[in-house]
Amino acid sequence: MSRKGISDKVAVIGMGCTRFAEHWDKSVDDLLVDAAYEAFADAGIEPADIEAAWLGTMISGYAGITLSGPLKTQFIPVTRVENMCATGSEAFRNACYAVASGAYDIVLAIGVEKLKDSGFSGLNSPKPPNDGTAPNFSAPASFSFLAPAYFEKYGLSAEQGREVLSRIAWKNHYNGSLNPKAQYRNEVPMEKISNSPMVAAPLGIMDCSGVADGAAAAIIVRTEDAHKYRKDPMYVKALSIAAGPGDGRLRQDFDFTSIKENVVSSQAAYREAGIKDPRKEISMAEVHDCFTPTELVIYEDLGFSERGQGWKDVLNGVFELGGELPVNPDGGLKSFGHPIGASGLRMLYEMYLQFQGRAGKRQLDNPKIGLTHNLGGTPMQCVSFVSIVGKELS
Amino acid sequence: MKGIISYGAYIPYNRLQRKKIGEFFGKSTYSGEKAVAGYDEDSVSMGVEAALDCLHGTDSKEIDAVYFATTSAPYKEKGSISTIAAALHLKENVRGIEAASSLRSGTSAILAANELEQTLVIASDCRTGAPTGQNEQWFGDGAASFLIGHGPEVIANVIDAVSVQGELVSEWRSQTDSFTQNWEERLGSTVFLKQVKEVVTPFLEKNNCTADAINKVIISGPGTRAHTQAASAVGFQKNQIQDPLFDSVGAAGNAHAPMMLVSALEEAKPGDQLLVVAFAEGLDVMLLEVTEAISRLAKRKGVQGYLTVKNDQTSYSDYLKWRNLLETEPPRRPETERPSAPALYRGYHQNLSFTGSKCRNCGTPQFPKQRICTQCQVKDEMDDYRFVGQSAKIMTYTLDHLAASPAPPMIVAVVDFDKGGRIICEVTDCHPKEIEIGMNVEMTFRRLYEAGGISNYFWKARPIRQKESV
Repeated sequence: MSRKGISDKVAVIGMGCTRFAEHWDKSVDDLLVDAAYEAFADAGIEPADIEAAWLGTMISGYAGITLSGPLKTQFIPVTRVENMCATGSEAFRNACYAVASGAYDIVLAIGVEKLKDSGFSGLNSPKPPNDGTAPNFSAPASFSFLAPAYFEKYGLSAEQGREVLSRIAWKNHYNGSLNPKAQYRNEVPMEKISNSPMVAAPLGIMDCSGVADGAAAAIIVRTEDAHKYRKDPMYVKALSIAAGPGDGRLRQDFDFTSIKENVVSSQAAYREAGIKDPRKEISMAEVHDCFTPTELVIYEDLGFSERGQGWKDVLNGVFELGGELPVNPDGGLKSFGHPIGASGLRMLYEMYLQFQGRAGKRQLDNPKIGLTHNLGGTPMQCVSFVSIVGKELS
Repeated sequence: MKGIISYGAYIPYNRLQRKKIGEFFGKSTYSGEKAVAGYDEDSVSMGVEAALDCLHGTDSKEIDAVYFATTSAPYKEKGSISTIAAALHLKENVRGIEAASSLRSGTSAILAANELEQTLVIASDCRTGAPTGQNEQWFGDGAASFLIGHGPEVIANVIDAVSVQGELVSEWRSQTDSFTQNWEERLGSTVFLKQVKEVVTPFLEKNNCTADAINKVIISGPGTRAHTQAASAVGFQKNQIQDPLFDSVGAAGNAHAPMMLVSALEEAKPGDQLLVVAFAEGLDVMLLEVTEAISRLAKRKGVQGYLTVKNDQTSYSDYLKWRNLLETEPPRRPETERPSAPALYRGYHQNLSFTGSKCRNCGTPQFPKQRICTQCQVKDEMDDYRFVGQSAKIMTYTLDHLAASPAPPMIVAVVDFDKGGRIICEVTDCHPKEIEIGMNVEMTFRRLYEAGGISNYFWKARPIRQKESV
């Protein structure tokens, strides 16, 4: 696969992010306005400076007018994008490409989702009319397939497996406890995670990311213009998305311990950004920890851990805040919840804060290269997104 | 001469101990247990399973006609034959008749079958008695199936048969009734006894036969005792009376006499004479003689096979929920949407017969049907490939407590077929503690759900629990 990419051609000069929470008192419009205006202020621009916008949302609106209405933008193009859980990242990717093409000088990428208005537990997405023969299992169920398959393949007992998964959740809750914008800001004892009520066995409720409302936004310009706005922009090194053929449902060689979309998207991003050894070269990562076994598999798919060794790296603290490669320093989906359209941009927001030294109690020591990752869909059929962003130009 | 070429049966996995009904209502009950259809079963799905058992080792494309007999069809208006024919992968021009309403429609369908055509007869019932009533305890769910024809493969010839019509209001359910009603039991049993005496003795004489020459008499009559009274009234001894399955299955409506007949055939030896007497506003009487061919009949599950595979811990509350007799709080999930009729229409061949595709180029079986091969990406090089009857194993699984299910947790598994191919589907008739990676499963035809009045049928996996299973 050959592609040129847009490494170092565009930069982020302003970002905004609402707190992720059960926003009973805020509408989709409110969340969009709050995130966008925080980004405008951060970039030091006026709303009227934006030349085009990309809105990511899965179920909280449709068409560009979902954004242009509340923001009262004046007839600029607004594109609504959707790519399941990679929706926010996809909005960002399209906005970056538009700037890199030279079509626009300054654009807005924004993602929003309001999940708590549905009245249902967990995530529910509308389906097109169909024959109704596919089993109607839940999102945690589709990811929980990973756990028994991984334990079986690498010879982990149920107890060992449980400890590994709990430690992932524990780590993300600890990180989230240091983050004022997280939905959940408490540390959670490992034992409580291990003994939480079953949602999709072997996953308990504490293996699942929360359900939240939220919005996040980014202002993007070409790299050569970035310093007109700020001295410390974030540079985009690689953007990659892989949509899978869904063969996990069809082929026996898909063994539920690796998701090829993750492998393909990360390898493409590493090539684009010139990364040879991700574990050494990447300072921090925000990955799609929708459920604890997802994060475990991601470590191996993204090359942070050798195959079959991810669980040992977890137990050795490799991905903790003080570890070799901190993963989900902001608390991840686990602490933030997962308002679909907003999550990808929320991850980039953490990278941005960390590069600028604005991450407060969870600030890492001078991170240079960051990675964000989303997985939209199920392990059997998904889209996987990987970005590489940096503090400096290469 | 017309005869039975093959037989099969189906009894639902779930059995309800009658004493549990008594404990709930604080009253005494009959002894034993009754078979109860799971939330994903009905007369059509059970009938398909019985027919699959019957057709084991038979070319389903050689069947000329199919008769479906039931008093508990899923629809009052819309047939079941086309669903059944598709699920069984019968030929498109198979003729079909639905025999409904009568509790002896099962035996009548056997009698109506034409010996010159291979006719598949399916009798299936899933009746609901009103809570606290006698019928609730007495009724059980089940199905039987026979392949009728002639020739050297016939295992039991129909020597002679007679029917009488005798109108009577004894047991009935109107278009609008939810439950079966009964007149005083003595009326039905008295009229039944009278009809048996008037019909059976002359019938045996006509065939130069006496009661003591009959090996087993299979009598389906009203109530729990009428069959023994009738048998002794026409000269049968206790050991000649076929077990009516009351303590193990219950009275299975129009499938009751057929299921007893399957039971009798399972024990029968060449040369045995069997007499069938089925009652409902008259009688169907049938004399059968078992042939040498019975020793060559391939092994099948039959009544015996299904009787031994069961969950006898079914709770009365589950039974009430599955029958929609107990309104409960809906799960906090969106309501199940009515399936799209055009989408169903496009998928019938694939979904009801569980036919996927197999790549001509690389040989990979796949379900659902694909146009582009998942393995080698060749376009439109697929042959139809049916997965029914194939053995499979659990690759990984989950117990979904969040999904809306009448019997949570919903067990969902990745099922790998031993000869290639994979499906992700529900696992049914399985306790959550039973499931494990590597478990052997087979596919079973089920009603997934009803939404908007539409019953949606498809396949699920169920554990294979016995080595001798076929």
